[in-house]
Amino acid sequence: MAARTLTIDGRLVSARAGESILEAARDAGIHIPTLCYLEGLSEMGACRLCLVEVTGSNRLLPACLTPVSEGMEVHTATERLREHRRAIVELLFAERNHVCAVCVASGNCELQNLAIRVGMTHVRYDYLNPVCAVDISHPQFGIDHNRCVLCARCVRACDEVEGVHTWDIAGRGVNARVITDLGVPWGEAESCTSCGKCLLACPTGAIFRRGTSVAELERDPKRIALIVASRQERW
Amino acid sequence: MSNRAPANPAPAADNRQKLLEATMRRYQYRPDALIEVLHKAQELYGHLSPQLLASIARNLHLPPSRVYGVATFYHFFSLKPQGEHTCTVCLGTACYVKGAMEILTTLETEAGLKAGHTSPDGRLSLLTARCLGACGIAPVVVLDGVVIGHADAETLRARLHALLEETPVAS
Repeated sequence: MAARTLTIDGRLVSARAGESILEAARDAGIHIPTLCYLEGLSEMGACRLCLVEVTGSNRLLPACLTPVSEGMEVHTATERLREHRRAIVELLFAERNHVCAVCVASGNCELQNLAIRVGMTHVRYDYLNPVCAVDISHPQFGIDHNRCVLCARCVRACDEVEGVHTWDIAGRGVNARVITDLGVPWGEAESCTSCGKCLLACPTGAIFRRGTSVAELERDPKRIALIVASRQERW
Repeated sequence: MSNRAPANPAPAADNRQKLLEATMRRYQYRPDALIEVLHKAQELYGHLSPQLLASIARNLHLPPSRVYGVATFYHFFSLKPQGEHTCTVCLGTACYVKGAMEILTTLETEAGLKAGHTSPDGRLSLLTARCLGACGIAPVVVLDGVVIGHADAETLRARLHALLEETPVAS
């Protein structure tokens, strides 16, 4: 396949024709922050975190959806981009209720890592504090809309990998929510195969395995006595 | 886009199903005809019930969630039954500047309900829209499918009052 040579942050980088700036940068060990991008799924360009500056273009371009071209000059970490990225992460935090202290994903969360990475110390915008539901109608999984960033990774994993398309996004603007089937509770969504791919794709604590969140642990200490009793009967 | 309830709903029921079926056939049940089919369904039934959405999804070979996503994205589609009469106030920029908010407030007070809702007796739905593309005659109000340009709060209040005073259509 034809090769393309471009510069990313002043470094000469070689990439295959048709590759995205993001893939070329990752191959070269240059980090560009992402959220809605997930290797294996189609690119969507929804989160705008991978925006880069390309010399000759007035607009900022999403690295995940922009193919490389010969002689392209890309800047991934200018002051302008840094400021935009921090603003985007702050807006994500302001839009829903991301309370890390009581979140199942704390410590393993892409949004939290992003906030640390972009140097977010506080949120400059007013929190919207929306009233969001937690749906635990599914026997194995739950969805907490407070933590959802609408990256649509669950939607794409379900559609493209599992081939079911149980998930989609309903509504628009701040009222947009991920939904299953005709907006029914997840447990009633007949198309769901309970494969758990949405769980693997989710970058935050929005989709979680039940039994792992705060105060969900159930112990059954009586089983110790049961085991001991069973052994006594046999021996 | 008349949302008026049919005068005699019972015999019309089968017919609506047939008309929707014909529309889908005309588009050869293509998934990309979803919006056209939803338009027709909204026009025929006045709202999109879960049963209707499920049947459209089945016929067009689309996942139910995709159909639901599209139906909830556009303000034109309604998932709840509309009132016997509908009144849509445009709140687009031009209409807003020309005093659409005042009209809306007047109508809300007159009808005793908030924009986006249907009165409990099912007589009136008061809706808002974001630009109907008729900015030249702003402010615009659509009353039962009839576009009223250069709308004025007091005249509209009177018209709405007269409309609601009429004897309800036998249901």
